[in-house]
Amino acid sequence: MNITGAQALIKALEQQGTEVIFGYPGGAILPVYDPIIDSSIRHILVRHEQGAGHMAEGYAQATGRPGVAMVTSGPGATNIVTPISNAYMDSIPLVVITGQVPTAAIGTDAFQECDITGITMGITKHNWLIKDAKDIPDVIAEAFYVATTGRPGPVLVDVPKDVTQSMVDWHDCPSPAELNLPGYHPLLEGDPEAVAAAARMLAEAERPVLYVGGGVLKARAIEALAELVRLSGAPVVTTLMARGALPDSHPQNLGMPGMHGNYTAVTAMQRADLLFSLGARFDDRVTGRLDAFAPNAAIVHVDIDPAEIGKVRAANIGIVGDARHVIEALSTASATLPRTDLSAWWKTLDGWRAQFPMTYEPAAEGAVLKPQAIIERLNALSPKDAIVVAGVGQHQMWAAQHWDYEYPYTWINSGGAGTMGFAIPAAIGAKVGHPGRTVWAIDGDGCFQMTAQELVTARSEGIPIKVAILNNSYLGMVRQWQEMFYEERYSEVYLSQDLPNYVMWAEAMGCVGIRVDRAEDVDAAIERANSINDRPVVIDFRTDATEKVFPMVAAGASNDDIMVHPTQQVGA
Amino acid sequence: MPEPFSGTTTHSPITHHILSVLVENKAGVLARVAGLFSRRSFNIFSLAVAPADAHERFSRITIVVDAESAPLEQVVGQLNKLINVVEIRDLGSNEALERELLLATVHVPHQERDHLLESVADAGASVVDISDDAITVTLSGTPTALNAFEAMVAQGYPQCEIQRTGRVALPRLNNSATTA
Ligand SMILES: Cc1ncc(C[n+]2csc(CCOP(=O)(O)OP(=O)(O)O)c2C)c(N)n1
Ligand SMILES: [Mg+2]
Repeated sequence: MNITGAQALIKALEQQGTEVIFGYPGGAILPVYDPIIDSSIRHILVRHEQGAGHMAEGYAQATGRPGVAMVTSGPGATNIVTPISNAYMDSIPLVVITGQVPTAAIGTDAFQECDITGITMGITKHNWLIKDAKDIPDVIAEAFYVATTGRPGPVLVDVPKDVTQSMVDWHDCPSPAELNLPGYHPLLEGDPEAVAAAARMLAEAERPVLYVGGGVLKARAIEALAELVRLSGAPVVTTLMARGALPDSHPQNLGMPGMHGNYTAVTAMQRADLLFSLGARFDDRVTGRLDAFAPNAAIVHVDIDPAEIGKVRAANIGIVGDARHVIEALSTASATLPRTDLSAWWKTLDGWRAQFPMTYEPAAEGAVLKPQAIIERLNALSPKDAIVVAGVGQHQMWAAQHWDYEYPYTWINSGGAGTMGFAIPAAIGAKVGHPGRTVWAIDGDGCFQMTAQELVTARSEGIPIKVAILNNSYLGMVRQWQEMFYEERYSEVYLSQDLPNYVMWAEAMGCVGIRVDRAEDVDAAIERANSINDRPVVIDFRTDATEKVFPMVAAGASNDDIMVHPTQQVGA
Repeated sequence: MPEPFSGTTTHSPITHHILSVLVENKAGVLARVAGLFSRRSFNIFSLAVAPADAHERFSRITIVVDAESAPLEQVVGQLNKLINVVEIRDLGSNEALERELLLATVHVPHQERDHLLESVADAGASVVDISDDAITVTLSGTPTALNAFEAMVAQGYPQCEIQRTGRVALPRLNNSATTA
C-alpha cells in the first residue's frame, strides 16, 4: 500500500495505541496535520508548545500510558524543550514528534531550522532523525518501546518535511521482539542472590526504613509494595514523587522525607540502620548534605537504572530490576525469615510523630487565609480519588504535605526539574486521561501567569479542570529564602495584589472565575467549583504572603538540622 | 554485611582507564558519547574511533578515561544507557594491549640530519617524507614507547610538530606471550 510519509507517521502512532496527541502545527509539520483529520486519534490544539509537552506528561503520569506531543520545527521544537527536560528528570514516558526542514536544507540555516536532536540529546533517553519514510514504522515503534520500558523517559523523533511528503510502501510497525535495538536490554528481574541477601538485611535490621520513590509508581508496584510493607513491619517514607504509593492513612507511612518533609520521616532516615531504597535516587532534596545523610545506615538500593546504584550514595546491596518484580521477589524471600522485633524503633518513631506532627498556625478570626487550610478544605470537599496537580513553589510543598494521598496516581508534580507553569497543562493532560475524575490544579500566582493560556485550550476542548490559585502576590518560595537566608532583602519577588485580575482573566478564557478573601467563603467556593463540570473553574484564594513552608532543611544543610515549625521549636 | 561496591568510596590508584566501546554506527553516535562525557563532567584523555566490522554496522570507540574525574562504574553505567552503545569492555591497563600511532615533522638542518635518522632508526620509527630542511617520521607502538620518542624529539629538536592518534586497545589473549 502506497501512502505518504505523513500518513505512515499517523498510522504508526495509531498502531502504537495513541489515543490523543497534544500539538501545535506549523510549516515543517504541516504534511502530518492533513491525515490527522481522518485519524481516530484525538488532537488537542494547545496555545503554546510548552503546554503540549506538560499536557502529555500529565496524561502519562495519570494513566501510565506514554504521552504524545507534536510540534513544528525551530521555535515549535524549542518551546517544548522544557517539558522534555522535565520528563527526563521525572522519568516520564513522553514521545515528542517534531517537524524538521527538508533533508536537503538541513545544515543551511533554513527558515525555522534548528538542531533539535542536538539540543535534546542530553535530555532524552534517545532521539531519532528520520531520513527515509520507509523507516517511519520502525522508528516510531522503537521510540514508544524506549520511552515506556526500562526507566521510562522522553524520546524525540525529528521528521523532515520531504520525508513526510514522500510516498512509501507501508509496512506494519514491528513488535517489540522484532526491533533492532542491539544496545538496549532493560532488566526486569533482580539478581536472586542479591534479593535474598537484601531480604535478610531487612529482616535483621533494627531500625529499617523503606525509602519509596517514584519508580514504585512507574512500575505499578502498589500491591507488591503493600505486601512487603506488611511482611516487614517497617516504617515507610514516600518521596515527593511517590506520594500515594502507600496510603497516607497507613500506620506504617511516616510521610514525605526531604527538604520540606516532616520531622519523623526525615529523622527516621537519619537514625536508620538500614535504608531500603525502592525506585528512589537519593536526590539532594532528600539527602540534604550528603556526608551527613543517614550516617549509620546500610543501603539496599533497588532501581531499574543500573547507573543510579552507587551514583550518589554507595550501596551495600544494589539490585537492578523493575520495582514490581523485585519487590514481589523480596516478599517471597522475606515471608519465611524470622523478623527482628521493631517495637523499640516504633516507640521512638511514634514519639516523634506525637511531638512533631505536620502543623501550621491557623488564621486568627477575620485574618487573611492560610494556604495550608485551603489545601485541607479542598481535600475534605473533593472526591477521595481526585487528582491533584501542583505547580512549583510553596503551594506545591503545602499540597504535598497537607493533602492526604490515599490512592496512587492522585498526586502529579514537577519534582526533579521544578518547572513553574507545570500545573495547568499537566492537569489538563490528567483530565484527558481520566475524564470522569475531578482534577484540581493547585497553583501559585507566579506559576499561573506562566501557562494560564492553556485554560483557553481546556475550555475549547471541553476539559473542565479546576484551578486553585494560592495567591500570595509573591514568588513565595523565593521570598521565603530571601527572608531566611538573605536578611529579608526582598529582591524581585513581589508580583502584585491587583494585577492581573484573575477572575476577569479566567472569564475571558471561558472559565468560571471566583475570588475568595474570607475564611467563611472558602467552602462554598470549593463546593461550587466541584459542582461545575461544563467548563474550567479558577478560584483566586488570597493567602497570607508571610507564611513559610515548614519543616525545612536549608539547602546544603544536614538533615539533622531540620527546622520544624516555629511553634514546635524548643523554647516555643 | 557486604562491603559497599560503589565507586564513590573506592579510590583506585590507576587514574587512566581504557574503555573499549562498541557502538552502532549511526549518525550522531560520537556526539552522544562525547556529549555524555561533557555533561556528566567525566574527563577524556583520548578517544579513537573507527568502523569495527566490514559492513560498517558497528564502530569501536576507544576512550581513555580520567578515572579520577568520576567513578568508573558511573562512567560505564551512564555510557551503557546510550541506546546506540552495544557493549563496553573495561580494560584495566594490565589486561589491555594498547597501541598508538605518531607522526612527527622535524625541522632539522641538513648537516644534523644523520644524527636524527640514527635516533629514528633506534626507536623503530620510519621516515615517511623528506625535504631539504625537514623530515616526517612515523612510529607506532605502545603509548610508553611513543612518550619516550616524543620526549626525545621534542627535546632535541624544538622545531617540530607532533601529532598522535590516541590509543586503541584490545584485551590481551589468555596466556599471551606478548610482553608489550
Ligand atoms: C520556570 C521556573 N523559573 C523559576 C523558578 C524558580 N522558582 C521556584 S519557586 C518560585 C516562585 C513560585 O511562585 P508562585 O508560583 O507564586 O508560588 P509560591 O511559591 O508563591 O507558592 C520560583 C521563581 C522555577 N522553579 N521555575
Ligand atoms: Mg505566589
